[in-house]
Amino acid sequence: MNKIQQLFERKNEKVLSVYFTAGYPQPDDTGRILKALVDNGVDMIEIGMPYSDPVADGPVIEHASAVAIANGMTIKKLFSQLQELKIDCEVPLLLMGYLNPVMQYGFEKFCKDASEAGISGIILPDLPVREFRTDYMDIVKKYALSFVFLITPETSEERIREIDNLSDGFIYAVSSSSITGRSTDQAKKEAYFRRISEMQLKNPVVVGFGVRDKATFDQACRFLNGAISGTAYITQLNEGGKTIEEHTKAFVEMLR
Amino acid sequence: MTTHPDQYGFYGKFGGAYIPEMLYANVEFLQHHYQQIIDSESFRKEFEYLLKDYAGRETPLYYAARLSEKYGAYIYLKREDLCHTGAHKVNNTIGQILLAARLGKKRIIAETGAGQHGVATATVCALKGLECIVYMGETDMKRQALNVARMEMLGAKVVPATSGSKTLKDATNEAIRDWINHPEDTYYLIGSVVGPHPYPDMVAQFQSVISREIRHQLKEKTGNELPDYVIACVGGGSNAAGAFYHFLEDEDVKLVAVEAAGNGIESGESAATTQLGRIGILHGSKSLVMQTADGQVVEPYSISAGLDYPGIGPLHAHLFDTGRGTFMNATDKEALEAAFELARLEGIIPALESAHAVAALKKIKLKKEDKVVVNLSGRGDKDMATYLKYLPKQNG
Ligand SMILES: Cc1ncc(COP(=O)(O)O)c(C=O)c1O
Repeated sequence: MNKIQQLFERKNEKVLSVYFTAGYPQPDDTGRILKALVDNGVDMIEIGMPYSDPVADGPVIEHASAVAIANGMTIKKLFSQLQELKIDCEVPLLLMGYLNPVMQYGFEKFCKDASEAGISGIILPDLPVREFRTDYMDIVKKYALSFVFLITPETSEERIREIDNLSDGFIYAVSSSSITGRSTDQAKKEAYFRRISEMQLKNPVVVGFGVRDKATFDQACRFLNGAISGTAYITQLNEGGKTIEEHTKAFVEMLR
Repeated sequence: MTTHPDQYGFYGKFGGAYIPEMLYANVEFLQHHYQQIIDSESFRKEFEYLLKDYAGRETPLYYAARLSEKYGAYIYLKREDLCHTGAHKVNNTIGQILLAARLGKKRIIAETGAGQHGVATATVCALKGLECIVYMGETDMKRQALNVARMEMLGAKVVPATSGSKTLKDATNEAIRDWINHPEDTYYLIGSVVGPHPYPDMVAQFQSVISREIRHQLKEKTGNELPDYVIACVGGGSNAAGAFYHFLEDEDVKLVAVEAAGNGIESGESAATTQLGRIGILHGSKSLVMQTADGQVVEPYSISAGLDYPGIGPLHAHLFDTGRGTFMNATDKEALEAAFELARLEGIIPALESAHAVAALKKIKLKKEDKVVVNLSGRGDKDMATYLKYLPKQNG
């Protein structure tokens, strides 16, 4: 069992996952941010690998990515930071990004190095399910990583079942059809969460996109296993006057 | 060399649909229905009618006598510049708007570089009474101000893309984000043979009217429907795809794609994707992409807003990879010279994009009996501000 699977064995409700972009605000903040999140009791962490053309992201993460790239952040650098940190905690770490930089790094080498750096899962929203099955699944399994797929309100039941069968960590439910950092119609959202919940999937389902405060976190947790917040955390880090540690503490307290 | 991609949208190793799940339902629906809709009787009738009576097809294949004399071959210009709105782009927007209408979409979004695709989209949206939003890089809005005004007069809303180099790539990112946010009512009308499957194939089919006409026009004029060369500029590659389409299987016809070298291939300011790119993923398809070693897409450069793109359609990546296409490039300076030469020799002011194709004439060793078709993809009205800057030099 990898750390994601262990987490959901221990805990299957109100799982809080936080996303941040590696290399932002400062190139070497990765360790500080990870430590602060772990110290404040976050259940799972997604580390964003910055990309020049993040079409699934809104302006906040897009900006963070652009700054991180300008700061010299690369996958290689991120792995060496993680190696140095010698992460030894039960909180699962995932890498989230876009396929192109991973493809250039070499998919297998990426999985190998990720696994050695203490990573448990990967999220690449633009890697198609079909290609995953034919070209990538075996490699991901070989390194004991969980590949996490997204579903949206438009994803058909048949496809959700197919994704459920391919998954062994959790499923990432995009709360509405939108890029990160946008809010939408509440009633519609709840109906969608309820529909997913009633499908009795094998994998836990965690809600992402649009989770920004206690209300949106609780709303997701009423129906599904947890939620992921990213844009709101980065926005908080952006506000001046406090350290990363203080911001992180305030942020986690606000959500819990 | 087949014209169609496989069922997953691959031309050899290029193509596919690398899209986030948020776009899956829309793209999959298109994948399953586009061919059936395009092939339907009612679609084809309306498409042909609008190409003829609205866009002004067929466009002439003009024998350019003085240019021919200068280059020592038989040179023909395919006059896409005479299309309504001033470029080949309208062939595609007419096709896609008919598709969007049949899908019941009410809101049309598009990206644009030079503004020609934006104008062509705003035009067909006016024609069909549909809402139109065009994303355009802030840099391009400045260098193609006339086209911004045209889009606005046609009732479209032009939204500046302010990230990155503020050009076509960034405008495309914004359009994709808009589409993700409006999956139900919105149709994304892509302007070139790029994007996830089925767009590259669909756009190539709509543009293929160009080579269909060239074949029979050439036959009429020379008794033989096959030229020795077809030359076209390549940004994303739609005019080139259209000009090459019906010649892809005629291996004797040399297909010459001309990319924008900007200030030179080695200058760090270029948009010549096949020379500078590697296989990668951009805007939903696997193709050649200009990128750093880490896989960050680089900001390209060309004087021509329509060619200022760090990728190339998957069909063209395949033509390059297999050697079926000959890829050349022209610098800003060479394109400008070609534009002035065409203006002075033939009385035709080409778009800066098309001037890159004309510039290739100088670089090909032509034989006296060679028949060469240059696809003149657009006219130069939109580029007058740029041309004016170089006019004194040309006159002095
Ligand atoms: C006149 C003209 N030619 C060529 C292009 C380049 O596009 P494509 O390579 O898709 O033909 C443009 C794009 O704006 C254009 O306006």
